[in-house]
Amino acid sequence: MIGSALVSGLGLGSMYGLLALGFYVTYAVSRTVNFAQGSSMMLGAVFAYTFAVRLGWPFALAAAMSLLLCALYGLVVELLAVRPFASRGSNAWLMATVALGIIADNSVLFTFGKEPRGLALPSASASLEIAGLHVSMLQLAIPAVGIALAGALHVFSRKVRLGKAMLAVVQNADAARLMGINVPLAITAAYALSTLFAGAAGIMIAPLFNVHSDMGTLFGLKAFAVAILGGITSAWGVMLAGLLFGVVESLITALLGSAYTQILTFTLVIVALALMPNGLFGRAELKKV
Amino acid sequence: MKRLLLLLALAAALPAYAQETIKIGLVTALSGQSARAGEAITRGLQVAIDEINAKGGVLKRKLELVRRDDEATPAKGVIAARELIFKEKVAVLFGGLDTPVSLAIVPLMNQEKLPFMGPWAAGTPITRNGANPNFVFRVSAVDEIVDKAMLQYAQKTFNAKNCGMILVNNPWGESNEKGLTAALAAKGMKAAGIEKFEGNDVDVVPQLSRLKAAGADCLFLVGNVGPSAQVVKSLDRMGWKPPVVSHWGPAGGRFTELAGPSAKDVHFVQTYSFFGRQTPVGDKVLKALMAKYPDIKGPGDVTPAVGVANAYDAMMLTAMAIEKAGSTNGPAIREGYYKIERYEGLIKTYSKPFTPENHDAVNENDYVWTQFIDNQILPVGMNK
Repeated sequence: MIGSALVSGLGLGSMYGLLALGFYVTYAVSRTVNFAQGSSMMLGAVFAYTFAVRLGWPFALAAAMSLLLCALYGLVVELLAVRPFASRGSNAWLMATVALGIIADNSVLFTFGKEPRGLALPSASASLEIAGLHVSMLQLAIPAVGIALAGALHVFSRKVRLGKAMLAVVQNADAARLMGINVPLAITAAYALSTLFAGAAGIMIAPLFNVHSDMGTLFGLKAFAVAILGGITSAWGVMLAGLLFGVVESLITALLGSAYTQILTFTLVIVALALMPNGLFGRAELKKV
Repeated sequence: MKRLLLLLALAAALPAYAQETIKIGLVTALSGQSARAGEAITRGLQVAIDEINAKGGVLKRKLELVRRDDEATPAKGVIAARELIFKEKVAVLFGGLDTPVSLAIVPLMNQEKLPFMGPWAAGTPITRNGANPNFVFRVSAVDEIVDKAMLQYAQKTFNAKNCGMILVNNPWGESNEKGLTAALAAKGMKAAGIEKFEGNDVDVVPQLSRLKAAGADCLFLVGNVGPSAQVVKSLDRMGWKPPVVSHWGPAGGRFTELAGPSAKDVHFVQTYSFFGRQTPVGDKVLKALMAKYPDIKGPGDVTPAVGVANAYDAMMLTAMAIEKAGSTNGPAIREGYYKIERYEGLIKTYSKPFTPENHDAVNENDYVWTQFIDNQILPVGMNK
């Protein structure tokens, strides 16, 4: 029972982690986030369904095209909902990103339809038995992709010039600009990357879930809790917090019963943040004077 | 002078008013996961209304259907109900498939003394709401009775001895938890376990593992189509195949597409099936549906059938109640429902369907057990 709960938890946890990485990427560069990450995730699933099922494309092509469109959606989020406000020092991007997410959800409701649809992926849903535990291929693939992306992000931001340049933006935008870094472009790229992560999460969860316009709402919310819990300033931290959240959630359900899941998980989040205000893996922000 | 003109205008308007249509309101989900179910209720009502209007209407007035979307949300449902009562001045209001929404509307209807007819939502307290006088009627399954039937079916068909419950975490799930617990207790039994899951849960494996560990040899499932599909997919991932006896949630959408090949192993309750031998009323309604809706080419396209069948019978009974009342006055129509003696309907031939003690026209003898074969809801065993 605990074994299968761990498998479930790791799968779900990496979804939370992937979405939360999206929060991390934009926060690291611009100190802003797209609060409607759940909608970006939903778009990934809806695009993949449309290309793979309605248009009958091969799945790999459908997934690639969906990721591209999700990245484009990220550009729109940044240009329409973040830049106009953040550039004037206003915090209205908070509301604007939520609003854009609601617009996206409802546009999908109109165009995609009102009914939930199923995206079957027989090869990925096949289950194998490992040490008496039934695990589907997808449940193995999701954490693998999540951890690989977090690792790649870590290497990119610490070892690669462009990555370092992007992090420089947030420390001092003016100085970065003087050093020849294209600040607006760096921020836009971060947003494209953030919705791309969410889109990847959406595509991977679609076969395990139903595709519909509000499928991302609860996920987005939990992912934000995870991002804060992980300390939002470290890619590894965010991913680990995601896994932790998923595992704790399904262990509580398996051991104590589903009645306690939400109450206990979120109580633990509050307790953890009260004890460690910068998150489990975050560092306190230094204000250099 | 001005006042006189106004009076004249009013007098001129009065006869026209008398010839106006009788408005029948409907508040149900017309968008979201259960949109198909809302559409089914609409079709059942519309076919009945067309039939009534073709024969000259009720009280010599035509009936007119006015619909509002509740988006499966209680707050939106109450707002929509208010609009239909106060602005559209409907004579009778029909509810949708979501028990939480109907439960939210019930107090408003009893307060405004306007009949509320439920063609779908099965929550026990909708009709048994404690109000006196009670303005809520129903032509649909009732959780408490369905729950007894579910236990009986599990014992008879699967020889089940230790059933576990897997219920969606909302008032509908709660209503069935009570009903199932009571049904088990009446036979001196207890559930192997009672587990809840959220409508948006992706993975229900942890809950199901608990039931499996508790030795459950059958599952009672209560949830709408999306959540029910999540349970079936989770069972598949676990490689566990207990018999699943379900309330009628799976009927609300594309269950086979959502749940995959194991969808057919879920046996669920219905009040009607357009498959198999039909009564003359069944033939008539199916023909009318095929004539009116081009996408209906046979019985398999009338989905979910319960929505259509319950709504059709409920509308016919309501028209009889208004006729007996002789007016569109709410309390008079309420009395009118009690005066219905016999009606040869789709689901059955009703005889005294409503009494002051019983506002539910359909009971356990009227249920049909069904399963999804591809995209069609067939009576269990019909495909063998």
